[in-house]
Amino acid sequence: MQAVKYARATSVDEAVQMLRDGGDVARVLAGGTDLIVLARERRRNIDLFVDVKHIPDLTGITYATGQGLTVGAATPLYQVYNHPDVKAHYPALVEASHVIGGTAIQGRASLGGNLANSSPAADGIPAMIALGGIAHTAGPNGARDIPITEFCTGPGRNVLEQGEFIVTLSFPDPAPRSGSAWERFIPRNEMDIAVANAGVYLALDGDTVTEARVAIGAVAPTPLLVPAAAEALIGKPLTDETIEAAAAAAKDAATPISDMRGSEQQRKHLVAVLVKRMLNQAAARARGDE
Amino acid sequence: MTTDERIIVTATINGEERQWLSSSRDSLLEALRERLGLTGAKEGCNNGNCGACSVLMDGRLVNSCLVMAAECNGAEITTVEGLAQGDQLHPLQTAFLEEAALQCGICTPGFLISSKALLDWKPDPSEEEIRFWLAGNLCRCTGYDKIIRAVEKAAEEMRS
Repeated sequence: MQAVKYARATSVDEAVQMLRDGGDVARVLAGGTDLIVLARERRRNIDLFVDVKHIPDLTGITYATGQGLTVGAATPLYQVYNHPDVKAHYPALVEASHVIGGTAIQGRASLGGNLANSSPAADGIPAMIALGGIAHTAGPNGARDIPITEFCTGPGRNVLEQGEFIVTLSFPDPAPRSGSAWERFIPRNEMDIAVANAGVYLALDGDTVTEARVAIGAVAPTPLLVPAAAEALIGKPLTDETIEAAAAAAKDAATPISDMRGSEQQRKHLVAVLVKRMLNQAAARARGDE
Repeated sequence: MTTDERIIVTATINGEERQWLSSSRDSLLEALRERLGLTGAKEGCNNGNCGACSVLMDGRLVNSCLVMAAECNGAEITTVEGLAQGDQLHPLQTAFLEEAALQCGICTPGFLISSKALLDWKPDPSEEEIRFWLAGNLCRCTGYDKIIRAVEKAAEEMRS
C-alpha cells in the first residue's frame, strides 16, 4: 500500500472541505472494495482517504409512497437488497445488488461506489438507469442532481468534478401497474463480471405499455439507456412482436468489444436475449403474476 | 511525497477492548496479523477475491484486506480466534474437523467466519444458500462438497 492518510468526515460540508484541502490526491472512501485495491496496486496516486460512512446523509434508506426511494450513496449493498420497501417496489435493484461481488463485498460495497467507479460492466448501473435514478452530489461548486443516464462518460470516467461526490441516489415511486427486472449473463453461477447485463422498467395500462426504460451494460464504453427500445414499446400492446422489436433496438445500440469474457457477436446476441427476458419478467411483475 | 501517519486505533477484538499503534496505511488484515499477533485471518489475494481474510466487523462479514485499520475505531471485530470458547471448539470447527472439510487449511479461517455469519443470519440455510453465501471464499483443495456438508452438520448441531 502506498503511504496514505485517513480522515473521517461527519457531515457533507466537512467532507467537501477535506476533499478541497486534499486536492487531486484525496479520494472519497465508502466501502473501499474498489478504491483500496486501486491504492494498493498503485493504479491511482492517492494520499488521503476521506471516509464518508459516518455522514448520516450517506447511509440509510428511506421510502415513502408517492415520494419514492432515497438510498444513501455509501449504504452497503446488503442493506439495499434486504430492505422491505426495496424488495417490494424495486426488484431490479435487489437483483443487481445481490450479485455484486460475494457476501463479504456486499457488507461494504455501495450503489454510490458502483456508480462512481463507472465500470462499463457495472451491475448496479443499468438497474439504476432503468428505475429512473438520479444522483445527488455535493462538491466545491455546490450540489447537483444528475440523472444516472448522464453520469458515466467512459470506462472509469464520469461527470464528477474534482472534490465532488455522490450523497444520495433517488428513484421515483413506480407506477401502480409496473415492474422492473435485472439480469446478467456470466459463465459461472456467481462471483463474476458480466459478459452482458440488462435492466428494464415498464408500466402497463391494460396491456398497453405506458412507460418503459431499457438499460444495458458491458456492451459499450458506458452502461446505456436505449431510448429506441422504449419507443418500440410505449403506446403499444406488450406482445411477442413489440418485445422482439425492443430487444432488436437494444442489440443495435450495443457496441461491445471482444475480449476474454466474450466476443462482440456473442455480447450483442446476449443483450437481446436478456432484454427480452427482462421485459417478460417485468411485465409479469406489473400484472401481479409474481 | 506523503509519509504515513502513526495512528492509535481502539476496537473490540473478539470481545476484548484493544488499543494499538498502527500506520495509516495498514489494512485491518495487516493490523490483525502484524500489530496484534492474530494470524488466523490469512492473506490470499489481497484484493477481495478469495475470502481468506474474512472477519466480522460489527457483526457483518467483510474482507479484512479491504478495510483500513483506521476505519476500525470503535468497531467490533471477530476473527477465527474468537470462535472457540477456551478449549471448547465452535460447532463449525468441530464439524469441519469431523467432515474433513479442509486440506491445506489456508482458506479455513475464512470459511469458518463466513459460515458463522451465514448461520447467525439463517440457522437452517439450504444447500444453494450455503453455496451462494460462501461463493466469495475460495478453496483449491476440497472441491467444496465437504465444506458444504460440514456447514449443514454444524447448522443441525446448533439448532438442536
